[in-house]
Order: sequence, then C-alpha cells, then structure tokens
Amino acid sequence: MKKVDLNLYKFDGLEHDAVADLTTLNAEDKEQLLMAGVDVDSEETSGTFLQVDHSNVHCGSTNKDVEVMDIKKALEKYDGLPDYYFKLVDKDKDEFTKSAAENLHGGYFVRTKKGAKIKAPVQSCLFLKAEQSGQNIHNIVVVEEDSELQIITGCAASHGKFTGAHFGISEIYIKKGGKLTFTMVHNWGENVTVRPRTVGVVEEGGVLLNNYVLLKKVKDVQSYPTIFLNGEGAVARFNSVLVAPEGSHIDTGTRIIMNAPNTRGEIISRTITTGGTIISRGHIQGNYAPARGHLECQGLLLGGGIIHAIPELEATVEGVELSHEAAVGKIAQEEIEYLMARGMDEEEATSTIVRGFLNVDDMGLPKKLQIEIDKQIAELDSSDAM
Amino acid sequence: MLKIEDLHVSIGDKEVIKGLNLHIKEGETFILFGPNGSGKTSLLMTLMGFSNYTVTKGKITFKGEDITYAPIYERARLGVGMSFQRPPTIHGLKTRHLVEMCGNGSKVDVERLAKKVNMETFLDRDINSGFSGGEIKRSELLQLMAQNPGMVLFDEPESGVDLENMHLIGEMVRTLLDGEIRPNLDLSMKEQKEMGSSTCGLIITHTGHILDYINADRGQVLYNGHLCCEARPRDILEHIRKYGYQECVKCLK
Ligand SMILES: Nc1ncnc2c1ncn2[C@@H]1O[C@H](COP(=O)(O)OP(=O)(O)OP(=O)(O)O)[C@@H](O)[C@H]1O
Ligand SMILES: [Mg+2]
Repeated sequence: MKKVDLNLYKFDGLEHDAVADLTTLNAEDKEQLLMAGVDVDSEETSGTFLQVDHSNVHCGSTNKDVEVMDIKKALEKYDGLPDYYFKLVDKDKDEFTKSAAENLHGGYFVRTKKGAKIKAPVQSCLFLKAEQSGQNIHNIVVVEEDSELQIITGCAASHGKFTGAHFGISEIYIKKGGKLTFTMVHNWGENVTVRPRTVGVVEEGGVLLNNYVLLKKVKDVQSYPTIFLNGEGAVARFNSVLVAPEGSHIDTGTRIIMNAPNTRGEIISRTITTGGTIISRGHIQGNYAPARGHLECQGLLLGGGIIHAIPELEATVEGVELSHEAAVGKIAQEEIEYLMARGMDEEEATSTIVRGFLNVDDMGLPKKLQIEIDKQIAELDSSDAM
Repeated sequence: MLKIEDLHVSIGDKEVIKGLNLHIKEGETFILFGPNGSGKTSLLMTLMGFSNYTVTKGKITFKGEDITYAPIYERARLGVGMSFQRPPTIHGLKTRHLVEMCGNGSKVDVERLAKKVNMETFLDRDINSGFSGGEIKRSELLQLMAQNPGMVLFDEPESGVDLENMHLIGEMVRTLLDGEIRPNLDLSMKEQKEMGSSTCGLIITHTGHILDYINADRGQVLYNGHLCCEARPRDILEHIRKYGYQECVKCLK
C-alpha cells in the first residue's frame, strides 16, 4: 500500500450551507451527482443523503419505513449508537480510521423498519468539492429483520484535476432475513486518495448483494471490505467492475468469512487496465460446514498496466466447498474471431467485447445511472487507451 | 462461387489438409463426409480464415476474389457465413445486439428472425452463456439469417440436437440455402422465390439427417486431408454405412 501524507489535505474548515431542495442545483452539479449515482430529479427514491466536504448539506427520507440521517445527528439522538458505532471496525486499525474517529465530518445513518420492503433506493453521495479537501466519513446501515433495502452510494470529486482525500468507515448490519443491495459508484479524479474501511455482518437468512463500479481515474484506492456471514443461510455476493487508466492505483478486494452452516459467499470481479495498476484481492474463509464460496477474477490488459490477482481460499473445517476461477491477460482470440466471422473488423470486435466485459446490466441499477455508466463506458471505449 | 485449388493447411507443424481441390457453384450445396479427425472442421475454419489454420500452399477464390489470405471479416462481408460448433461465451454481449450487428449496416428485424428459430427468450441473454447444444445451433442459425450469407458453412448441424429441433434446424438451413430469408427487405415469399437463390452451402455431416431437409447436389469424402469418392450424398452415406470409410483408402489410390 502506498503511504498517504495526511498533511496534504485540509480536515477542518470546509463547511457548506445546506441545500433544502436538490432540484434547485444547477445542471452541472446535477450531472456530477448523477455520475456518482444520485438522481436528484428522481421520484423513485426513498431517501437522499448528500455530503459535501465537511458538511452534510442535504438529508431526508420520503419513506417512513426508512430512516436516513446524518451520522452526527444519529449519534446525538441515539446516545452514541452503542450497538453500532465502531462495533465492527476497529477505531485504532490505522491512521484513517483514527482520523475518522477523532474528527468526524459526517456520513449517513440508514435504518429500515422491521419487515419493511423498501422498493425505491436510498441515494447517497459523498462529494469532494473544495481543493485539498480531506473528508472523514462514517456510515452505518442497519437492515432490520425481514426488511429489504437498496442503497446507491456515489463518491465523486468536483473535477478531474482535483486534489483530495476521502476516508470512509462503513459498518453494515443485516439482521435475520434482511436483504441489502448496496451499489457503490466511484468517480474520483487523478489526485484523489481513497481509503474506505468497511465491515459487515449478515445474520440468519440475510443477504448482502454488493456492486462496485469504478470506471474513472483515481490516484489511489485501497479497500478490503470484510463481511461476516454469522447466521445460518446467510449470503454475500460481491460484484465489481474496475477500470484503471494510466496513473490509477487500485488495490481492492473483498473478504467473506463464513461462520455458519449453509452460508454462501461469492466474489466476482472484472477488471481492465489501460495503463494503471489493479491489485484484485479476494479471500473466502469457510469455518463451518456445509458452506460454499466462489471467487472469480477476470482481468484484461489493454495497452500496458498491471493486474495482480490475489485470490485466497481458506477452509478450516471439513465439508466446506470453495472454488476459484481466474483469467488475466488479453481478450481471447477465439472471441475476437467469432465476431469477425460476423463481419466486424478487429477493432469493432475488440470494442464490442470490452463493452460487454464492462456491462453492468446485471446489477439492476436505476435507468438514469445505467445510462450514465453506459456513457462512461462508451467514452472509455472511444479514447485512445482501448 | 467457391473454388479451392491444391489447398494445403497446417495447424502448427501438423499438416491437416493435403492438396484439396473443390468447386462449388452458385446455388449448389455440397456435403462433406469423413471420419473423425480427417480435417473437415479444419477445412471450414480455413475457409472462414481463422488464425490457427495456416495455408501453406494453394488458393481459395470466392465470388471471383482471391480470399486465401483475406481477414475473417472481409470474407464475412463478402458473404461467407459459418455456423460454429463450439462458439465462445461473451460476457455482457446480448444475443439481440450481436444479431443486430450481423446485419452489417442493414437493418435486421431481430424479433421476427428470432421467432423463426424459437429464440425470442434468448435475445436478452449473454451470447452462448449456458446455451445447450441445440440452443447454440439455433442461435448460430439466427445470426446466419441476419447475415444472409452467399455461402453457408455448417459443421454437423445435427450434433446434439433432438428430433424436434432437428426439424426446425433442417427447415432453417433449407430456408437459408433457398435464399428465402431477407432480413432487411420487405418482399413477399413469391417475390423472393422469383429472385431465385444463388446461395451455396458446404455442410459437414456424419449422420446425414440434414439430407432429409435440403436439396444437396453433390458430396465427397474427406479422408486424411484428401478429398475422394465424389457421388450423390445419399449414395455416399449408404456406402459408408455398408462398408465404412476403409473403402475410401482404395479409392484414393
Ligand atoms: N489446435 C490443434 N492443434 C493440433 N492439432 C489439431 C488442432 N485442431 C485440430 N487438430 C488436428 O487436426 C486434425 C483434423 O481435425 P478436424 O477437427 O479438422 O477433424 P474433423 O474431420 O472435423 O473431425 P470430427 O469428425 O471428429 O469433427 C485432427 O487430427 C486434429 O487432432
Ligand atoms: Mg469436426
């Protein structure tokens, strides 16, 4: 991991006024938010949270079955959230968690009502706007028993040349029979350093579906969320699509710890480098049988760069079934020739395959976000890098 | 339409086609027989232009153009269409999208074509992902119909196909060969018939089931990289049934 110099960033004084009505934002800001997954004009949301630098500028829920609050307010209201605050993530884990513990700028607290099936997603965006902004975030998500929730969270910086840092702690609690679909879209910039620290627990029969999309340049991301499947039949599926242009350093992965019978863990990542570095990790540990885990990493090098896949399977008891598939390199000649036999020249065939590779249709994203991502893929595709 | 002269093909160091001559005229369908490993698939792959198959000698002419060393897509655009036996899965590429692209610029009525081969429900699936043997065949036919090729290369249309699907596939292959599929034009059947068909075919078969559906004019046996025993396809089939391929060796001498 690259060393991060905290002195480069401002962790104090970057406050902003609240925005009561997000639809009043100008078109450019709306576009930025949309690229990070927040559609301010959408009727189809259950709640919205927007953090800019050190301030929560907008927060609210339109569905009584789900609370969406600024973490600071939630800590006040619920006596420091003793059951949830720093219960999964260790405060002293590293300088980033320490920074977030000592000087909290914000983050969301989202909690469902027991049994509530919340259809429309909760949208969140953590935005870096002021130059050299250093942001300390702490998010807590509680999916109560038998409830269902979808969260779309975007992280973005105001423009490509921007310098900043984002440290974000997330603690996710999925209670018995709960289901969370958590989609994260990152849209940083070439000088942004990102250190998410995420830990989740899934109880009996609970499901966590996690999607992660990172198509734009970022200086340096390092994250390794850990999910504990602690109840019988708990399921976690991680699906990520990452692109590293030249100058990007992406070190990400997922760890799933299966501690109960009939749990299932799946980690699938599709990565492309066009000159940057991707370290794609994955670790599935099975401590209880029967349990099943599958790890899959597909990586394409398109014009330089490095992809380093580090998959780990660890079974500590008999009867755990873990499998792994990985392929790193170039596009299979067989696929290119198949498409050429339908009349596409080599370039068209390659670009069709790359677009398919990055396709995120299966993530079930809201339409506008899907269109935005398709647009980004098309841009990538038309750039010289591919 | 297709003319192959003294063709020699190698895969790596191994010569798999050893001096092959073949002429297929406009509208003609040629049936290729031959024991396992005799080089049939290799011949088709070479005609399509796959990179593993190196032409070391000889010439392939299609529609008067020398395509011996032409890139795959040029052959496809010239009208060579091939049904793959084991096509690769391409993640995120929807069948619908691929079929549209098969039109190469001309508009394809995907839904209508898909209906003909019972593939409507596959259009939004990733191409070939988890397709069964018979489904692959239908998907390949769907793509070919959208391509509307001047020459159809089909490797074992009956392998892995149940009886019902065999009927469907047989009918579709015939339609392709009869040139009745106009993916873009809005012509009545009658008008299409009148245009006549110039489509030719090169079809590999072991069982001969496909012969129940198409009008196959000629056939030959590929044996150890050489063609021999030119006859009517049904007669060849009958002969192989009775005497096996061993007889072919004699024929070659
Ligand atoms: N990639 C390859 N590398 C080496 N040898 C190959 C390769 N592909 C095919 N061959 C060899 O070339 C020969 C011809 O194979 P081909 O697939 O053309 O036979 P075929 O006539 O289609 O047989 P079948 O009836 O079993 O389909 C065989 O001996 C085969 O093992
Ligand atoms: Mg074969």
